[in-house]
Amino acid sequence: MTHNPNSVAGQALDRADTRVRQDEGLGGALRAFIDRVRSGDLGMIPVAVGLVVISVIFTSLNPVFIRPGNVSNLLYDCATTGIISLGVVCVLLLGEIDLSVGSMSGLASAILGVLWINNGWHPAGAILVALGMGAAVGALYAKLFNRVGMPTFVATLAGLLALLGLQLYLLGSTGSINLPFAQPLVRFGQNLYMPNWLSFILALIPGAAVLWTGFRARARRQAAGLTGVAMSVILVKAVALTVVLLVVVLYLAQGRGVPWMFGLFVLLVVVMDYAFTRTKWGRSLMAVGGNREAARRAGINVRRIYLSAFVLCSTFAALGGVLAAARLGSSSQQAGSGDVNLNAIAAAVIGGTSLFGGRGSAYSALLGIIVIQAISNGLTLLNLSSSLRYMILGGVLALAVIVDSLARRSRASHGRA
Amino acid sequence: MSDAAPIQSQPRSARGEPVISLRNVSKNFGAVSALTDIDLDVHAGEVVALVGDNGAGKSTLVKVLAGVFQPSAGTISFMGREVALSSPSVALDMGIATVFQDLALCENLDVVANIYLGREKDPWHLDEVAMEVRAWTLLNELAARIPSVREPVASLSGGQRQTVAIARSLLLEPKLIMLDEPTAALGVAQTAEVLNLIERVRDKGLGVIVISHNMDDVRAVADRIVVLRLGRNNGVFTPADSHHDLIAAITGASENSVSRRAGRLAAQEEGLA
Repeated sequence: MTHNPNSVAGQALDRADTRVRQDEGLGGALRAFIDRVRSGDLGMIPVAVGLVVISVIFTSLNPVFIRPGNVSNLLYDCATTGIISLGVVCVLLLGEIDLSVGSMSGLASAILGVLWINNGWHPAGAILVALGMGAAVGALYAKLFNRVGMPTFVATLAGLLALLGLQLYLLGSTGSINLPFAQPLVRFGQNLYMPNWLSFILALIPGAAVLWTGFRARARRQAAGLTGVAMSVILVKAVALTVVLLVVVLYLAQGRGVPWMFGLFVLLVVVMDYAFTRTKWGRSLMAVGGNREAARRAGINVRRIYLSAFVLCSTFAALGGVLAAARLGSSSQQAGSGDVNLNAIAAAVIGGTSLFGGRGSAYSALLGIIVIQAISNGLTLLNLSSSLRYMILGGVLALAVIVDSLARRSRASHGRA
Repeated sequence: MSDAAPIQSQPRSARGEPVISLRNVSKNFGAVSALTDIDLDVHAGEVVALVGDNGAGKSTLVKVLAGVFQPSAGTISFMGREVALSSPSVALDMGIATVFQDLALCENLDVVANIYLGREKDPWHLDEVAMEVRAWTLLNELAARIPSVREPVASLSGGQRQTVAIARSLLLEPKLIMLDEPTAALGVAQTAEVLNLIERVRDKGLGVIVISHNMDDVRAVADRIVVLRLGRNNGVFTPADSHHDLIAAITGASENSVSRRAGRLAAQEEGLA
């Protein structure tokens, strides 16, 4: 193989052990993938299968479902709750939970309305105060957990009520504040779409990024005497990703295009994915979620990790609330109530983030919320009452957790965490 | 400290400066005194074995040195300076590495991530390649049998996990390394490898503390054997001292279940002969 000072007996460092199967090239990558799935490491497969099934069922019941206009609309709806769900992923990775994200988003929308419309603040200032409120609430949860040892389930349940009360208090007797439609923030929330040429270019970027980072990592690994990922695997990945994204974007261009707000959501997902997988902070987060005591003994400041995760979670919830207010064009008493809370948590779980900590990814928020909104949207198109919608969504959530639990058991018996 | 010891024979290698010295260290958990007035010295280039029965306070002492527990009383000096080991990261930064009995590995992370846990290269853009190469180098130094460092630790056997934990402790090039039952879960060849490694580490001039219940391993590798009993110092021995004396110090009586069993077996053999 390589002639490298690090290599052992002419073998790459990571292939020197004779018991390791030499998975090389496309076939090897495929075989490793099938092995992973069979041992219960399902990753994103259940969500992908679920999305296809949902699309087929709803399209056959009502063809409007798959029309570009409806899909654009669906993506718009995904962005607000999806951003909240992204925050929930942070705390779920620690094996903790935040039940107050819905109330937090409602409170943020109330703060926006009161400061901006009633007190005449600049919207940017009002948004900053709302986000700051989110950060403060998250810091309070983390303090209660770190110093007092209050279970986050209880602390955030108390927060759910207290924040809802504060939201109602701020809004006062009027109950709702309308936001001016002409304002950029509300336009961003209601009908700001990317120009088609821009969305095409953006659709090419992920594939190009996969190629570039893939080849660079491959070259670095080989220079260091390790095996690199095969060229063919990188190419197939990049091409598949580009084709899928281009098809989606082309399809949406038939209607109004890709909403800017969805673009913001995807950007946040990519940033958080980088933070989870490529930074020391993310590694520490996973370690604390996997084995708290081991992380502490490794010298990780466990309290600071909890603090950062809860602050991020509540801040994302506040951001989601601000965007939801922009989407609705009002700050109302209903904002953040009802199913927002559970949809945000369910999206993370359906997307494959474990409730037990230490396993999951930022993309689970993206895929999970698309599944939930697709079901919700499809049922609305069928004119089903909300009673049926709740029952069906409840069933889907239960199914997702069952799949997670079964996969977990299979992973345990196959020696995977 | 070794004044109280029985016969002092010459250690196998020349002793360097004391790496760590404990004086009158005590640790209470409520009404229970886990450690009482412990004195302990470890010199550079010396292997000290810590032995004692279950509940003698060995693991508690190791956790005090690792910064996991804070002592209730007493002083700890490291490299000639009095120090407070207020947290695990303080102890690690100072150069005290610990391999805990429960290994303290994160099963959901892979081998490289576990070896570098809390010490990742490039906090804002993890340098996976450099970390993986260093992980392989450490594991190869240990003659470790780990097929892949990109598998989660959950898929490794007990012995492989032990090797990962030892490799991790060597990452920071510590001055003192503590091994809590390092050979308990290992096979024959791996036990020998770990004993070889302990000697290699000692020859590099590090202080080593080994806790073990396996008297053969202790005698094979230790320069001095420090006995704890019910949380107190109970004598310092060398591998040259008799097995009987050592067992007597550990159990607290020359008349004990080990000696009775040995006597019975000897009597049987005489009877057969």
